[in-house]
Amino acid sequence: MLNTKIKNEIDHWIHKFPEGKQQSAIISSLHAVQHHNGGYLTTEFMIDVADYLGIPKIQVFEVATFYSMFQTKPVGQHEIAVCTNISCMLRGSDNILQHIEKRLNIKAGQSTIDGKYFLKNEEECLAACTGAPMMTLDHHYIENLDIKTVDQILNDLENNND
Amino acid sequence: MTDLNQVIFSNINDQDPWSVQAYLSSGGYQTWKSILTDKTNKYSPEMIIDTVSKSGLRGRGGAGFPTGKKWSFMPESSQQKYIVCNSDESEPGTCHDRDILKYNPHALIEGMAIAGFATGSTVGYNYVRGEFMVECFPRIEQALHEAYELELLGTNILDSGINFNLHNFLGAGAYICGEETGLLESLEGKQGKPRFKPPFPANFGLYGKPTTVNNTQTLASIPKIIQHGADWFSSFGTEKSPGTIIFSVSGHVNKPGNYELPLGISFDELLAYAGGMQNNKSLKAVIPGGSSTKVLPADIIQSCTMDYESLQEAGSALGTGAVIVIAEGTCMVELLKRISRFYFAENCGQCTPCREGTGWLYRILDRITKGNGKINDLELLVDVANRIEGNTICAFGDAAAWPIQSFIQHFFNEFEYMVKNRGKSMAA
Repeated sequence: MLNTKIKNEIDHWIHKFPEGKQQSAIISSLHAVQHHNGGYLTTEFMIDVADYLGIPKIQVFEVATFYSMFQTKPVGQHEIAVCTNISCMLRGSDNILQHIEKRLNIKAGQSTIDGKYFLKNEEECLAACTGAPMMTLDHHYIENLDIKTVDQILNDLENNND
Repeated sequence: MTDLNQVIFSNINDQDPWSVQAYLSSGGYQTWKSILTDKTNKYSPEMIIDTVSKSGLRGRGGAGFPTGKKWSFMPESSQQKYIVCNSDESEPGTCHDRDILKYNPHALIEGMAIAGFATGSTVGYNYVRGEFMVECFPRIEQALHEAYELELLGTNILDSGINFNLHNFLGAGAYICGEETGLLESLEGKQGKPRFKPPFPANFGLYGKPTTVNNTQTLASIPKIIQHGADWFSSFGTEKSPGTIIFSVSGHVNKPGNYELPLGISFDELLAYAGGMQNNKSLKAVIPGGSSTKVLPADIIQSCTMDYESLQEAGSALGTGAVIVIAEGTCMVELLKRISRFYFAENCGQCTPCREGTGWLYRILDRITKGNGKINDLELLVDVANRIEGNTICAFGDAAAWPIQSFIQHFFNEFEYMVKNRGKSMAA
């Protein structure tokens, strides 16, 4: 069931669109639900969104499976996405990704067993090319990375038991 | 270095340039207020479109279509019309719209309001890429809130009889939504699959209504162009490529960054702005306008000026102005494989040549780098690329094909060497 906070968030988005065009609020609704549900979508939540918007379920499933920011399987609490597109690749992003994979003992696309980290398999360029190599941590941009900085970030996360 | 930051980034070094106070004190919203309070018909929609046309401003999202002309395509009718901003910045190498959203959001809002007035659109949407949700989105939302508080947006704004309501929208990660009709589909709450054209958005756009889609940088340039005039803007740049553009210079340079400069400066000048080559290495090649444009070897790019015509004559394109600098020692096969992986992962799946072809391209390059390439693979790569190019609904197919064709054309020896030497890189 969608709680009041999520419903309010969805209503906020519906009001941006003309009457009868509430389908436009699917993406924003799924962002809200995914955020509430620890970073991923369940079928139940997708159906709830469809029912709340009054649109066929398939339209929500189609959107949820098309966009790379939506996860339809459980993932770790903190999302790390290392950009490995060309500008970052030229400045050593592959070493950064390999280091994180080794340290977390997972491959890109996987989550750690303790459920703390999700290392997204990032195929897109994250549009911070002048700060390469870079990554996002829970959508926060962190640029001009080196191994030391990455270790510092992961150390801080580990010492923080949120 | 006085050529830097003349138009869009002219306020970039102000204190908190994103704040409405800073924007107002640098003359921001003057143009929009002049339009709203115009009693002399100095600022008619026709006059604004005429000024934009004469300024020579071209779409900065990659295609370079004349902005004034695009606006003039909007039909005169009483039905609802829309102005949509494409802030779905995701062309590999490109990151200037991110800085506009972060540092000059009010210029975009004012530009959208003016564009809305000129095209008869009373509602605007700014489609921001989903990945910007924490960094850029709150800032552009805050700016929008401030503009409403100053009563510069809304219904019957400042008793002018002019209506303009603007909304920010957040995507969810899909490169294809940067294609304007894919973006409109996404805004309608669907998969971002591009539409057949014609009809073009000016006739059948958002919700089937007349719509103009412009890029963030294009729209953020508008207030200054209307304020200072077409001649002022076209005094920057060259006769055929007037104005300034923000170059995102990335890769093997000492000072990667976004540099707003007049079009037509030489590549060497731009490289100097970016601090020259990293570690004093030699220049090997440049991808001049985002990964979808064709790569140019050092000797060719170094004889180019950075404008639409020169790069086109050299066999590439200005694209988004994302200049990716590649030093000697870089393996071009690995680089092309990375580019191909991107187009394989991001194609929308609609058109068979692109959906299947991008997979072929990636798999062939993958086997070459793993030492399993065959000598006719190079011919096969170009053959597959040629079969994608021109055979798809949108330009994504071409964008996937051009890197293949140009990398193999200019660096054939490296590809051949790797095939013959079972995956060993010539660059290593």
